[in-house]
Amino acid sequence: MFPRQRSRRWSAGSALVLFASVLGGCGGDDGGSTTLTYYIADAAQEDVATRCSAESGGAYSFNIQRLPNNAAGGREQLLRRLAAEDRSMDIVSVDPPFMAEFANAGFLRPFTEQERQQFSAGVLEGPLKQSTFRDTLYSAPLYGNTQLLWYRKSVLAEAGVDPSAGPVTWDQLIQGASRAGVTLAAQGRRNESMMVWVNALVSSAGGSILQPGAEGLPADQVRGGLDSPAGAEAARIMHDLAVSPAAPAGFSTAGEEDSRASFQAADGGFMVNWPYVWAAFDAAIEEGTLPATFKDDVGWAAYPRVTAGTESASPSGGLGLSISSFSRRQDLAVEAIRCLAAERSQKDFMRTAGNPAALASVFDDPEIREMFPMADQIRTGLDAATPRPVSPYYGDVTGAIQTAFHPPDSLSPRTTPREANGLLEDVLSNQRLI
Amino acid sequence: MSTTIPAAPPAKSPAPRTQRRVRLTDRARHERNLGWLLAGPAFIAMVAVTGYPILNAIWLSLFDYRLTDPGGREFVGLGNYAMILTDGLFWKQFGVTSLITVVTVSVELVLGFALAMVMHRALYLRTALRTVILVPYGIITVVSAYAWAYAFSNTYGFVNGLLGLGEFDWFGGTWSAIATVCVAEIWKTTPFMSLLLLAGLAQIPDDYLEAAKVDGARAWQRVKRVILPNMKAAIMVALLFRTLDAFRIFDTVFIMTAGAQGTETLSFLAYRQTISRVMVGLGSAVSVILAVLVVLIAVMFVKVFKTDLSQQRGDRK
Repeated sequence: MFPRQRSRRWSAGSALVLFASVLGGCGGDDGGSTTLTYYIADAAQEDVATRCSAESGGAYSFNIQRLPNNAAGGREQLLRRLAAEDRSMDIVSVDPPFMAEFANAGFLRPFTEQERQQFSAGVLEGPLKQSTFRDTLYSAPLYGNTQLLWYRKSVLAEAGVDPSAGPVTWDQLIQGASRAGVTLAAQGRRNESMMVWVNALVSSAGGSILQPGAEGLPADQVRGGLDSPAGAEAARIMHDLAVSPAAPAGFSTAGEEDSRASFQAADGGFMVNWPYVWAAFDAAIEEGTLPATFKDDVGWAAYPRVTAGTESASPSGGLGLSISSFSRRQDLAVEAIRCLAAERSQKDFMRTAGNPAALASVFDDPEIREMFPMADQIRTGLDAATPRPVSPYYGDVTGAIQTAFHPPDSLSPRTTPREANGLLEDVLSNQRLI
Repeated sequence: MSTTIPAAPPAKSPAPRTQRRVRLTDRARHERNLGWLLAGPAFIAMVAVTGYPILNAIWLSLFDYRLTDPGGREFVGLGNYAMILTDGLFWKQFGVTSLITVVTVSVELVLGFALAMVMHRALYLRTALRTVILVPYGIITVVSAYAWAYAFSNTYGFVNGLLGLGEFDWFGGTWSAIATVCVAEIWKTTPFMSLLLLAGLAQIPDDYLEAAKVDGARAWQRVKRVILPNMKAAIMVALLFRTLDAFRIFDTVFIMTAGAQGTETLSFLAYRQTISRVMVGLGSAVSVILAVLVVLIAVMFVKVFKTDLSQQRGDRK
């Protein structure tokens, strides 16, 4: 009996030891190592990282971590880890609208004046604007992004609109597509892509979602700019499209990829979307889901206007590389970003992922010009692109807009602007839930 | 989604404590000590991982606290609770959550009972049958939600083709979107319900049924007069577990509709405030309210419907 008891005691003891060692295993420090943890948002970033690591001659290597592939998911993961002062993060890929939120909270290491000059030299205005917060550079622009109007040349005659001849308005497109029995695809899904659309419409109509000067104000003093003619125009256009025959099936749940599917369908006519679709058409042709001649029928033009006489404010997107304030290898991270965001890397990234470079010089590259016949249009769009509101409380802003402007077919130019503005201000001052 | 299995009921030896202590043998004492030694670490770990977060959430819910603005943290007492309970959105989402709970649990009870009968009565391939019925419950909720989201999709789903609905957008309207969520939930958790009911079914002595048969009771009468009354405890326990689970629904809604079209539930409200908006104080308050509601449901089942958790294990008094 006694030995049995002893063996039991031993097993209990070893269970304790095991438990303690499991708990202890959670910590760990690899200080002094040259491995940088790099959070990427796009698989193509990994190829560039592999090359940079090889070229560094052993100065650094990367531990690649993939962020969720939707913008909101990426933001949440970064935010949670950074708020917990996760020391294992070095370089993070930040979607520009979220940068101000992170920077304001002190999560991102500001670039020095010298680094700023290096990382902003030759960068197009749109991507640069959204990488700075309170006149400090927090992100090295990796790529810029803007939406274009894509159209099927074969439907133009019947639709009675010709974007290649000059700028067109949303109203002309809705009417033209309805007339021709084709669709006009936009992103009506309640997520960040709808926020992009609302912002582009409000800005194109000469307004802004937040009133100027909101950047430095505490949340409860921020005022919305939606209760305005521009807000009304945005609500009207979204509603008109949603209830018109030109709205693709499932319009209120359509994101970018659903829009592309609608555009590729037999009744596809027009679409607003990011330039990645051009590379995606190639992939679909290769897979055999699209005819080889599909791209011959596809044309592109500047983002549609709200009013005929006013230039459109095209949507702005992209990706920036930032360094976590909690990283132990910040200097090494700067060195790595010099390669990750270099001209050659941006070109590689544009070639493989189809996302436009932030550096103007890439657009002059003959290879890029051949692959992207719309390079000049993208470059013009990037310069005219209007970023989403720069706010340390961007999460609240986008959440309120997504709630107030969805579903698009329920919007009214009379009531939506006031309601949306009220919700936005109430949420910011913590008086209402979203 | 996790499901709680009832804790083992206290041992059936209500001998006075003092007497037991006197009679405790060496062996019994050693075994008791060993018991504490073995259970101790798990107990401490449980307190650390459940007790601490609960207390911390209650504490945080008293603050206006945004994770990205730690300097602006401010004590607001019960202000967050007042704000939530006076906000129409909370009550709307309470309604949606209750609706999903009532619909899914009711349908699951009927279907689960039928499946339990099939599993109980099957003469051939019993094991295979039980395995097949339990497969949906073994699938991760997120995976099953994706499967159903694709099935109901108007571009590549099969449901519209099957029902001849053309390009109908299930996720484009509140009622149809809630219906898809309910279908996914019912498919996923009916097996769990049937498993609990099967346990109750197995407890009914065959003699009862045979006696009823001899007395000339028809099949439906046997179900109504013999099986159901004898299964009351098992049914109540099954309903309790599923109601508590269903009320906390999150994953299915998150994947299938992302809360659009008015399909947000109370868990979603907590998620949006805490994770999306990083309003930790407000989000904690929503979570505390949700937890209180769950406790109220449990109390209602135990006190009002007199659900006896011990009977589930066959410990009849």
